[in-house]
Amino acid sequence: MEPLLAAALSINQLWYAVPLIVAVSLVYAATRHEEMGPILHHAVHIGVWIVGFMAVVFAILLAMGWWVSS
Amino acid sequence: MSEPSKKVPSEKTVLLKDPVLAAFLAWLVPGLGHLYQGRTGKAILFFICILGTFAYGCYLGGDAKIGWARVVYFQWDEEDMRLPFLCQMGMGLPTLPAVVQAYRAGHGREPLWGQFMAPPRRAGGALPAPRPARNAEGALAEQWTLDDLHFHLRPYFELGTVFTMIAGLLNVLAVYDAWGGPVFAEPAPAPKDAKDEDDQDLEAEAERPATGS
Repeated sequence: MEPLLAAALSINQLWYAVPLIVAVSLVYAATRHEEMGPILHHAVHIGVWIVGFMAVVFAILLAMGWWVSS
Repeated sequence: MSEPSKKVPSEKTVLLKDPVLAAFLAWLVPGLGHLYQGRTGKAILFFICILGTFAYGCYLGGDAKIGWARVVYFQWDEEDMRLPFLCQMGMGLPTLPAVVQAYRAGHGREPLWGQFMAPPRRAGGALPAPRPARNAEGALAEQWTLDDLHFHLRPYFELGTVFTMIAGLLNVLAVYDAWGGPVFAEPAPAPKDAKDEDDQDLEAEAERPATGS
């Protein structure tokens, strides 16, 4: 198994990113809107974007690790 | 004189009252500035999210043995320039104990409140004078260096630092929101139709006075 993938799967510390993502998404969305509905809608959008960005970076690093070790 | 306000796209006007006072209150306690402005929903949201993140970082960065919130402290010397405090001080009142503890440490006094937000003891520095009721060994055992904190907390020292830094930076956003209202994205201007431009040219032509020979 790839070392980076094994480390990612076994590191429970990634779960510490969840409350950070929630807090950052809510606070940033709250600075862009005034009503609760748009705030929550925008916060979900930002949260999904952050998780997606992290996943893309992880995939790139995984590919680079595979390329270097091959 | 009308109060400062901001018009939002949904036609609702946000009354900012005294923006400077609101910004100061928001820096002091997350959400307090918004509560002053009557924006109760956002006040509660900022209070829970920002203060909750900060409190969780303080919980990760300490324990009952070494003291809580050991990741929030102020120290500025060659041995330890605590740069994260520049971000953490985005929270006003919650970081005030760190300033008090740093002042006491700088004047050779022992930390208060079970070393809550106390700066670590310098590795080569002099120990503060122990109180007469306790022996020197007891006083020495209660003072932790930065290496001791890292060894004891392991990755949670950095995790607690990150959480408290992010909370401070998020509060800077909340302070700006209290001062200037929400930042709305301006809608893109409607594109001009080519037919409308031709009609305008014809109207301009018709209005031009006729020149006679």
